[in-house]
Amino acid sequence: MEYFLQQLINGLTLGAIYGLIALGYTMVYGILGMINFAHGTIYMLGAFISLIGYLAATTVGGAPVTLALLLALFATMAFTALWGWTIERVAYRPLRKAPRLAPLISAIGVSIILQNFAALAQGTRAKPLPPVIRGGFTLINSDDFPVSLSWMQIIVFVMTVTLMAGFTWMITRTSLGRAQRATEQDMKMAALLGIDVDRVVSATFVIGAALAGVAGLMVTLYYGVIDFYIGFLAGIKAFTAAVLGGIGSLPGAMLGGLLIGLIEAFWSAYFSIEYKDVATFGILVLVLVFRPTGLLGRPDVEKI
Amino acid sequence: MLKVEGLHSGYGRIRALHGVDLEVRQGEIVALVGANGAGKTTLLMTICGNPRASAGKVWLAGEDITGLATHHIIRRGLAHCPEGRRIFPRMTVLENLQMGAATGDPAHFDQDLERVLELFPRLKERLHQRGGTLSGGEQQMLAIGRALMSRPKVLLLDEPSLGLAPLVVRQIFEIIAAINRDQGVTVFLVEQNAFHALKLAHRGHVMVNGRITLSGSGADLLANPEIRAHYLDGGAS
Ligand SMILES: Nc1ncnc2c1ncn2[C@@H]1O[C@H](COP(=O)(O)OP(=O)(O)O)[C@@H](O)[C@H]1O
Ligand SMILES: [Mg+2]
Repeated sequence: MEYFLQQLINGLTLGAIYGLIALGYTMVYGILGMINFAHGTIYMLGAFISLIGYLAATTVGGAPVTLALLLALFATMAFTALWGWTIERVAYRPLRKAPRLAPLISAIGVSIILQNFAALAQGTRAKPLPPVIRGGFTLINSDDFPVSLSWMQIIVFVMTVTLMAGFTWMITRTSLGRAQRATEQDMKMAALLGIDVDRVVSATFVIGAALAGVAGLMVTLYYGVIDFYIGFLAGIKAFTAAVLGGIGSLPGAMLGGLLIGLIEAFWSAYFSIEYKDVATFGILVLVLVFRPTGLLGRPDVEKI
Repeated sequence: MLKVEGLHSGYGRIRALHGVDLEVRQGEIVALVGANGAGKTTLLMTICGNPRASAGKVWLAGEDITGLATHHIIRRGLAHCPEGRRIFPRMTVLENLQMGAATGDPAHFDQDLERVLELFPRLKERLHQRGGTLSGGEQQMLAIGRALMSRPKVLLLDEPSLGLAPLVVRQIFEIIAAINRDQGVTVFLVEQNAFHALKLAHRGHVMVNGRITLSGSGADLLANPEIRAHYLDGGAS
């Protein structure tokens, strides 16, 4: 029981991070109908920027931990947002009217370039960050297995929930959110109502990238070690989360993220930690075969 | 108010318009009738910049709008209620109307909403229902209401009667007349339903294969034997 509870906590923490990344996949898919394969790489860049930002603020700037974390957060969001914007402008927009495969190949190209850029600039060895936020609570003080909840896990939760709540508010209540949903449902009609759809698409990439950046920051802090290759696996897992939840569905991305996190945690705990990624990809295959619309996705036939 | 001169347009290699000239003056209802595939929708869409005109000019209120991006054209006072209505199915009626007001002054919103709901009381009852759950007639009302939310100088209507029951069609045409009469909105109406359209319109044009072949007052065109033979007999309701 205690072991189960502990895995639940770990799984939800991991899942929250996947959910944040999955939002970017699902948003872009909703509007452009393409899988942004460079999205995982953005997350990796976010992890590096937060590491650099944090170290620069503390060692060079001598800032206290809280301030350094905030600075790292803002720097990460700003840089990843800029990357997201640039990638769309340079690699996708010129191909908007090209066959569907073209932007996909362009996306893979972009992610290879960014990965190599990170490897060149930062080296290929894993970068450690000594634990920044220590401590936590022991929830159940059992003899055979104490259940603990760390401050870091609480921070991941609180940040994710806050971001998702803010994001949901933005999508459902603001005029930008409305324009995004309209563009997703009928891009041509949105333009016929005076919406600058290119700007909406840009905003979508910017928001998705900033969320992935925050996920990168949290992973840096949570695991304390990153390398240039983390974007690939996390990207595919978050993509799986988006597909599991129903690609194009925002609540689906959040739910899918949590589920993938839980599956991974429980699989590693009860079956085999070496094969934890197999579980995720097994899910991806099963969903694609048996329920391609995912849990909360809708079939594409709608009365118009 | 809206003037089109020598307009050519098409889709890639397919040429759909071969030099169209016409004018819609302030306060008028002008109808454009023609068979399926004549190029009516292409004309309206080309006026809105998608597809782009390959030759010719479009003026709105004296301003050359040829070649501008669609959203810039719309922001200059054009509203397009397109073929097939294209309401946002997964947004509520209210949100659809808010989208119509996306380019307008937010200070006008409440007033414009009230005006549109007065015109279409059915929408008021369904304000928080998703657009996709409305009936065809209600969707058409929503599409027109949405177009009106931007306070357009010129309203483009593409086959508003398409697929609707005769009773609903009559209702829609009465509302179009009211919009023009009471709110002074200039209307450019495209229809296959020539009878209703020409009865309503001050002036009309007939399009055949991407060209205007006949023009005149609505009444003259209705009385024209050629038109009766091609577009009215059997098609009138
Ligand atoms: N998206 C498109 N791509 C290629 N050809 C098109 C497209 N839309 C219309 N056409 C062609 O352009 C011509 C005019 O069509 P359209 O403007 O839709 O006519 P109408 O609205 O009068 O029925 C037709 O020959 C039609 O096949
Ligand atoms: Mg048409």
